[in-house]
Amino acid sequence: MPTIENRGIASVIVDPDKCIADKGCRVCIDVCPTDILVLDPAQGKVRMAYDECWYCLPCEHDCPTKAIRVEIPYLLR
Amino acid sequence: MSTKELTVDILVIGGGTAGPIAAIKAKAKAPHLKVLLLDKANVKRAGAIAEGMDSVNNAVIPGHATPEQYVKEITIANDGIVNQAAINAYAVRSHDMIRELDSWGVKFEKDETGDYAVKKVHHLGAYVLPMPEGYNVKKVIFKQLRKQGVAVSNRLTTTRLLVGNDGRIAGAMALDSRSGEFVVIRAKAVVLCTGAAGRLGLPSSGYLFGTYENPTNAGDGYSMAYHAGAELSGLECFQINPLIKDYNGPACAYVTGPFGGYTVNAKGERFIKSDYWSGQMMLEFWRELEGGNGPVFLKLDHLADETVTKIENVLHITERPTRGLFHAGRGTDYRNDLVEMHISEIGLCGGHSASGVWVDEHARTTVPGLYAAGDLCNVAHNYMLGAMVFGQIAGEDAVDFIADKELPEVDEAVVAAERERIFAPLLREEGIPPTQIEYKLRRMVNDYLQPPKVTRKMLIGLQRFAEIRADLEHIKANNPHELMRAMEVHAILDCAELAAAASLYRTESRWGLYHYRTDYPERNDADWFHFVEVRKGADGRPECFKRPVPPYLYPIDADERDAYDQLRVDDSVAA
Repeated sequence: MPTIENRGIASVIVDPDKCIADKGCRVCIDVCPTDILVLDPAQGKVRMAYDECWYCLPCEHDCPTKAIRVEIPYLLR
Repeated sequence: MSTKELTVDILVIGGGTAGPIAAIKAKAKAPHLKVLLLDKANVKRAGAIAEGMDSVNNAVIPGHATPEQYVKEITIANDGIVNQAAINAYAVRSHDMIRELDSWGVKFEKDETGDYAVKKVHHLGAYVLPMPEGYNVKKVIFKQLRKQGVAVSNRLTTTRLLVGNDGRIAGAMALDSRSGEFVVIRAKAVVLCTGAAGRLGLPSSGYLFGTYENPTNAGDGYSMAYHAGAELSGLECFQINPLIKDYNGPACAYVTGPFGGYTVNAKGERFIKSDYWSGQMMLEFWRELEGGNGPVFLKLDHLADETVTKIENVLHITERPTRGLFHAGRGTDYRNDLVEMHISEIGLCGGHSASGVWVDEHARTTVPGLYAAGDLCNVAHNYMLGAMVFGQIAGEDAVDFIADKELPEVDEAVVAAERERIFAPLLREEGIPPTQIEYKLRRMVNDYLQPPKVTRKMLIGLQRFAEIRADLEHIKANNPHELMRAMEVHAILDCAELAAAASLYRTESRWGLYHYRTDYPERNDADWFHFVEVRKGADGRPECFKRPVPPYLYPIDADERDAYDQLRVDDSVAA
C-alpha cells in the first residue's frame, strides 16, 4: 500500500528571531488544543507540524515574546 | 508502548467547561478524595471556551426570568421532547452559578445599578447575559482548580471506559498522544465531559478542522458511553447552526441582536422573527437558502459607527477572536457590508440542540457511577452555563455515590484487548492515513445524513459506513499523534452510525431542520411524543427504543405549544 506526502501552507507562522523555544519555552506547544506545534530540534524553534489548526489563538495570545501570528487556513480565506 | 496504571476516587474526563467545575465541586465537597481531571489537550486552554465566551445564552436571573419561564421556553423550543426535571435542575442553580463565577473573577455585563444586563434574544423570554470581557473564563477556572488541589493530566485521549464485573463504572483507558503510553485509570466514579461530536459532518470548506465546535471534540464521549452500555438520547436531533460562511464560526446573533443586528435574505428583507438557534429557525433559514431568496446575511450596516465598534470589541476579542482577521482578509467591514451566512455541517450536541448521553436531573447516566455533563449530555439547549451547573451536579453527586464503595473488579482481558486495539494502527507496517479515512467518512456523513433526511440516502450511508469500518482494519498511524487521530476516526464512525440509526427509527419530522424527513414530513405526536434512545444491543449493534417523556413540572398550554413553529415573518412561505 504505497503512500504519498501532501503539501500545504502553514497557518501558524513562527518568527524564529523572536521564538525562545531554544531557551526552554514550550508555552504554545502546551496550549494548542490540537497539538500541532512541535519543537524543531535542528533549529531549536517551534513549527507547525500538522494541518489541523482551529485558528483559535491561544498560541498567539500566550506566547511571551509575541513570536506567533495565526492566519486563517487557506481553504477558509 | 508501556502501560501506566493510576487509581483515583473520581475521574473527570474532559477539561473544557463542565469537567473543571465537576472536579472543583467534588474536591470542595470532599477534600480527602483523589480527583483527577484529564484532557486530550491542555486543561488551561481546553474545550469550546478556550478563548472565553461572548455571552451567557441561558441566564435565569430573578427579576428577568424564572425557572418556570425558562423550562417552558426550552420545552417549546425543543418541541416538547425534554426531561423538564433536568432543565429545571439547571434553571434553579443558574443564578447561583453566575454569582459564584462573578466572585471568582468572570466578568458579566451589568447596568448602572449593578444588576446583570440581561437581553432578550429568545422567542419568548429574556435570558441572554452579555460577556463583553468574557475572554478570561478559562484562566479564572484554572485558578480555582489549583486552589482546590485538583490533580490534572493533559494530552490523554480516553478511548474506552472500564465497566466493573458488577456493572458499575470502574475507570477508563487512555492513550498519551505525546509519549504513546497506554494509561489505565481505575476509579469509583467517572464524570464524562468530552463535549459535542463536532467532527461529524465535513465543513463545506473541506477543511477537516474548520469546524464550529472545538475539533478536539470528535465524539469520543458518545462512543465511549455507547460501548460502556449507557443509553444515548436524541441522536436524531442534530446540531446544525447558522454560521459565517467559510469561517464556520458564530456571527454571533446573540451578541449583535441586542445591538440591533438581524438576519436578512438577498433582498435585504427580514424573514425570521427570532435569531435564537432552534431547529425551527434553521428550517426557515434553509428554506430561504434553497428557495431562491439566498444568500442569507447578518445585517449590521444600518447601525451607528460606535455601536459597530462595540460589537467588534466583543466578537473580535472573545470566543472566536479570529473573526476579525477573517473579515479583514475579505475586506468585510460591518459598517458597509453584510456578513454572508450559511448552514453548518451536522454535529451531535446536547448544549445546542438535545443530542447526547441520557442523564437524569442528577447528571446520572444509565450506568451506575457514570455521569455526563456539558455538551455531551442530552439536557436541551444547556450551553456554557448549563455545562457548568451539570458539572457541579455531577461532581457533588459522585461524591455521595462512591461513599463506602470499593473499586469494582475488572476483567483484565478487556484491558488487554483495548491495548491491542489502540496500538494496532501503529504496529502495522503500512496502510491508509487517518486523515484520509476521516475525510471520506465525514464527506459521506454530509452526503447521506445532512437534512433534509431521506430514508434511502440514510440506508446507503449505513452501507458506506460499514465499508469504512472495514477500512479501519487498515488504518496506519506513524506516531502517537496520528494514533490519537486514528482512534478519533473510530469514534466519529460510531457517531455517524448511531445518528443514522436514531434518524431512521423516528418516522416523523420534528425540531425543524434538525430532524426533517422528507418521507415523513409531519410531526406525529400520537406515535412519537417520546425520546428516541439508542444503546448497544446484545448483538453488539445499535438498538433503538422509545423512552417516555416524564410528566411535566410546568404544563404547556395549547396556545404556547407551537410558538416556535411561527418564526417566519408574516408567516409567508419561501419555497
